[in-house]
Amino acid sequence: MKRVYVEEDWCLACHLCEYWCAFSNSGKDNMVAALKNKTIKPMIQVEEGDKINFAVSCRHCEDPICVKSCISGALSIEDGVIKIDKSKCVDCYTCIMACPYGVLMPNEDEGIMQKCELCTPRGTAPYCAAHCPNQAIIYEER
Amino acid sequence: MNKYLIIGASIAAASAIEAIRKNDKEGSITVIGKEPYAPYCRPLISYALLGKTTFEKMPYRDASFYKKMKAKLILGKEATSIDKAKKQVILDDGTRLPYDKLLVSTGSRPFVPPMEGLDKVEKKFSFMTIDDAKSLEKELDPEAKVLVVGAGLIGLKCCEGILAKVKSIDVVDLAPRILPSILDDKAAARVQDYLEGKGIRFFLKDSVASFTKKTATLKSGTKLTFDLLVLAVGVRPNTALVADIGGTVNRGIVTDDCCKTSIEDIYAAGDCTTSHDITSDSDKILALFPNANMQGEVAGNQMSGGTLRYDHAIAANAIGFFGLHIITAGSYIGDQLDLSTKDGYKVLFTKDDHLVGMILIGDTVLRAGIYTNLIRKQIPLSSLDFEQIAQQPRLMAFAKKDRVSMLGEKR
Repeated sequence: MKRVYVEEDWCLACHLCEYWCAFSNSGKDNMVAALKNKTIKPMIQVEEGDKINFAVSCRHCEDPICVKSCISGALSIEDGVIKIDKSKCVDCYTCIMACPYGVLMPNEDEGIMQKCELCTPRGTAPYCAAHCPNQAIIYEER
Repeated sequence: MNKYLIIGASIAAASAIEAIRKNDKEGSITVIGKEPYAPYCRPLISYALLGKTTFEKMPYRDASFYKKMKAKLILGKEATSIDKAKKQVILDDGTRLPYDKLLVSTGSRPFVPPMEGLDKVEKKFSFMTIDDAKSLEKELDPEAKVLVVGAGLIGLKCCEGILAKVKSIDVVDLAPRILPSILDDKAAARVQDYLEGKGIRFFLKDSVASFTKKTATLKSGTKLTFDLLVLAVGVRPNTALVADIGGTVNRGIVTDDCCKTSIEDIYAAGDCTTSHDITSDSDKILALFPNANMQGEVAGNQMSGGTLRYDHAIAANAIGFFGLHIITAGSYIGDQLDLSTKDGYKVLFTKDDHLVGMILIGDTVLRAGIYTNLIRKQIPLSSLDFEQIAQQPRLMAFAKKDRVSMLGEKR
């Protein structure tokens, strides 16, 4: 299965992936309408260091401990993609306790968790990868 | 054709079914459940009272799952004994069910110590099952005063679930602190302060000496009046089925890392068992949802010829009250590193170059799984920038080769 991979040597910490992620998950078809005057809540986040930067989002693990830990059955695997059923999530933070990558984020506005579900139709690159200007985020099979 | 039998319609049962079917498409799978419900997410009962979910949304898997897995559910029936010689399980209606491989995932039951006058209290509740929650819900009333005996996870989640729907809540516990199983004194004081701010009153290092219909007299002499009584003193693992036939039980059912009991072809998983806690290198009951799920998976896999192991067990818990989140893991031993700030409480416990425990409360819980992973995988702290990761859980703190492996390789 194709997944999102990160090449830290190429990441410029421009944070564009975060904006494209927020846009992609906004349900709007216009980036300005989606993001203007809003605090974005992206599902991918850039870690910045002195010399090294990289973006972190769900690894879509083959044996995901978040799914095993979820007390509400909200997290599940569908065709390899780890999905969240927001109607079932109770915001208990057990997935935050479990995920080794720290990629499940609470969305305080909605009172539930959010995570990357690979936003685009399967097989096409998610927005974070498609719009990374330096190919530091790659969507491929490894 | 193998006959798989599972006693206890729990989360461990659901994950065992999945694991069995990965290896064996043909064998028959039968699950016996005492409650009249298919496996449901037990920790959700407080969230249902709170209005964050509903009883309808609580099944762990939808009905089609059991059909797809060709698993038969026998609900509302209790297994009363195991005939290990004939390899049969006997139900309360006398039915005998044969098995080739048996999984005991019988969970635990509320423990109620003898208390004088308890039989005079009419409106008293446990808080373990959907039916417990439903019967408590029926009695909730804006004028009702509630007394909760037990300031542990179950008692306090119940408080969160009902506080807005009752007049007042008093909590009594023999322990000197709240949430004694997951917090130390300092952390407990912080959470207690927060809960008192919400209006809950605590009576700690105290216990009920006697009840009348609507009053409790505590050992200290304090008299409390109440309309509804919730008993959440503690739980006991359901081990009798295995103990009765000579299986090894040490508080919980003892299993090896294949989730196998001391009796041939009988496995056990979930709250009725002990686990080997790698952080303290000791066997204990780790009655936690994720552990039950993982044990069920390993048991199902092993019963159907697989080689999975349950060998990285730790205590790890996430719990929240009125928006205050708490994440804890591991054992509170070794050296303590207190990194609390005004926004959050954070104490890390290290021993012999390993992170072995943590208590996080408030904003410090974000990305906590990065710490949990250090504990569970026993990652040497000398292999990363511990000073940096202690301040903030970030993958940046790992060595480059480890980061590349985490973010650039298939997981």
